[in-house]
Amino acid sequence: MSNYLEKGYLEVSDIIDNFPSEDVFSLHPVAVSECVQEIPCNPCVSSCPTKAITMQDISSIPVINYEQCIGCGKCVQVCPGLALFLVFKNKDSYEITLPYEMLPLPKVLDEVYLLDRTGKRIGTGIVKRVIKVEKNTYSSLITVSFKEKSLIYEVRNIGVKNG
Amino acid sequence: MEIFEHPILRFERKSKITFFFEGNPVEAYPQETVAMALYRNGINVFSYSPKLHRPRGLFCAIGKCSSCLMEVNGIPNVRTCILNVQEGMKVKRQNGLGDLPKTSEFLKSEKEYSPTVLVIGSGPAGLMASITLKEKGVDVLLIEQNPNLGGQLIKQTHKFFGSQKEKAGTRGIEIANELVKELNSLDVNYFTNTTLFSFYPRENVFLAFKDNELLKIFPKFVVFATGASEKMIPFEGNDLPNVMGAGAAQTLVNVYGIKVGTNVLMVGAGNVGLIVSYQLLQAGINVKAVVEASDKIGGYFVHAAKLTRFGVPIYTRTTIKKAVGVDKVEKAILVELDENFNETSKEFEIDVDAILLSVGLQPSYQLLAQAGCEMKYIPSLGGYVPLRSKELETSVKNFYIAGDVGGIEEASTAMLEGKLASLSILKKLGFDVEKEKEALELDLAKLRSTPFSKKILQGLKEVAYE
Ligand code: SF4
Ligand code: SF4
Ligand code: FES
Repeated sequence: MSNYLEKGYLEVSDIIDNFPSEDVFSLHPVAVSECVQEIPCNPCVSSCPTKAITMQDISSIPVINYEQCIGCGKCVQVCPGLALFLVFKNKDSYEITLPYEMLPLPKVLDEVYLLDRTGKRIGTGIVKRVIKVEKNTYSSLITVSFKEKSLIYEVRNIGVKNG
Repeated sequence: MEIFEHPILRFERKSKITFFFEGNPVEAYPQETVAMALYRNGINVFSYSPKLHRPRGLFCAIGKCSSCLMEVNGIPNVRTCILNVQEGMKVKRQNGLGDLPKTSEFLKSEKEYSPTVLVIGSGPAGLMASITLKEKGVDVLLIEQNPNLGGQLIKQTHKFFGSQKEKAGTRGIEIANELVKELNSLDVNYFTNTTLFSFYPRENVFLAFKDNELLKIFPKFVVFATGASEKMIPFEGNDLPNVMGAGAAQTLVNVYGIKVGTNVLMVGAGNVGLIVSYQLLQAGINVKAVVEASDKIGGYFVHAAKLTRFGVPIYTRTTIKKAVGVDKVEKAILVELDENFNETSKEFEIDVDAILLSVGLQPSYQLLAQAGCEMKYIPSLGGYVPLRSKELETSVKNFYIAGDVGGIEEASTAMLEGKLASLSILKKLGFDVEKEKEALELDLAKLRSTPFSKKILQGLKEVAYE
């Protein structure tokens, strides 16, 4: 692992080994986790309808069974660490679904900046879906699509234009 | 400096009232405290220090540090951060220590109460304690010095960690709402805006002030759930207005919808510093940097990642050297530390108009010490804490503790401790709670089973007796 506790973000090399293969996330979206530190937390486990997320006990790191995940996004909405994302290959583009708790929310078909783990702009993408959650215990979900495959490992935030 | 739109909070602002600051009319919303109303109007200097006449402002915003003392309606040394503003109120900056009022007429009357259990503090621990007791029909009196119930929960807009059972995944403000609702449906007796200031062991009486009224409380049992306050660190200019505790900024922003600044610096990358920084971003405030003297981020990594993906840099092994400004912070001078955590010559400046400190919390132990509870200094628990039995009873019989006052932990552990203290009291009162208690102790142990709790567990061993 990189020295993520010195800088506050992960490197692609930290997550690539456990990343689902493209075949798996071509069928439907699949959840990926960036929750890498032992903390006392488990709502992702209890929120999953297919029991795809498991944990030895409350302080272990969550493990996602990619075969069992149906990509419903429940865990992404519920995770207090905003550490879960959905990845999906949709025909000729790639999509990432991320939790978003800022204003303004983008609208479907908006072009937005794609930001990496350090907030740097690394491209632009098109908003495919916005699930605005009224019940304010959850985070809203934004799905953005883009062409380059490599970005699926890097995009973890968006910047709303003129926002 | 008002916040109008927020992704999670709605700020209800209806009518306005007018009060006077240094003779000039100032508008305020009812339900806000004097200090908040002043901040909303851009007034950051609350007083001048007695000797050097340095400007002073807000530091804790929850009634615990006395940095906000002002003269209100002729009475000096009033903590304006917990006093609700009223139509026509006369507020003045105090120069030095202030004069005593010439009459004691302001002390209108006196009342007596004899509850079975007195619960001091209405944060997660105090609320849980009161609910658990009242559910079994025990007569409780809950005292809170702030205008609102809920302690620090009412400003936690983030989703909580822990297990679903302890309401993980729910935002703190929601937890506060739920608990307060429960409290009300059980008809628990409580007083807000009430400061408990003294205990006389011989008469077994606690004295408190509520709106110029003296309360004498004679309880059989007491649960001290007084929480904690933010620590200060030494650096030049640390008394400048707008150098304040991160929790105070949270009160301004999340409870009252007032911006603490435009560009801020956060000092400390523990959970409080990381979480508050993220909440400031949500309120549209620019967090220029988070600095952390240690070589590692102390809070949960996921909280740090939420910030960095918005471009907020976190500088480890870096600390603040100086706050610069005339009547309020204008910039901060930072310095890198070497591997022995000594200052190097690498200094840099950033332009900020607020410096927020999240360098740790210290238990609010003063009342316990006054009550004669045996105390011990345990750094891993945050400072002076009382010795306690497994049932959370202190060395003074029938005096219990719950939550951060016994050692700094999380809201989830505070809730469980509040319940545990109450179950222990219920047991003494003859209720059969053994099973519930065992299950609860197990849950607590589970929450404390991560590497984050190692030092805390060690500290708890040192203050355990029996
Ligand atoms: S996306 Fe749905 S199915 Fe997949 S892990 Fe999350 S909650 Fe479970
Ligand atoms: S809910 Fe989120 S932060 Fe909590 S354990 Fe699961 S992935 Fe980690
Ligand atoms: S007591 Fe008011 S700011 Fe601390």
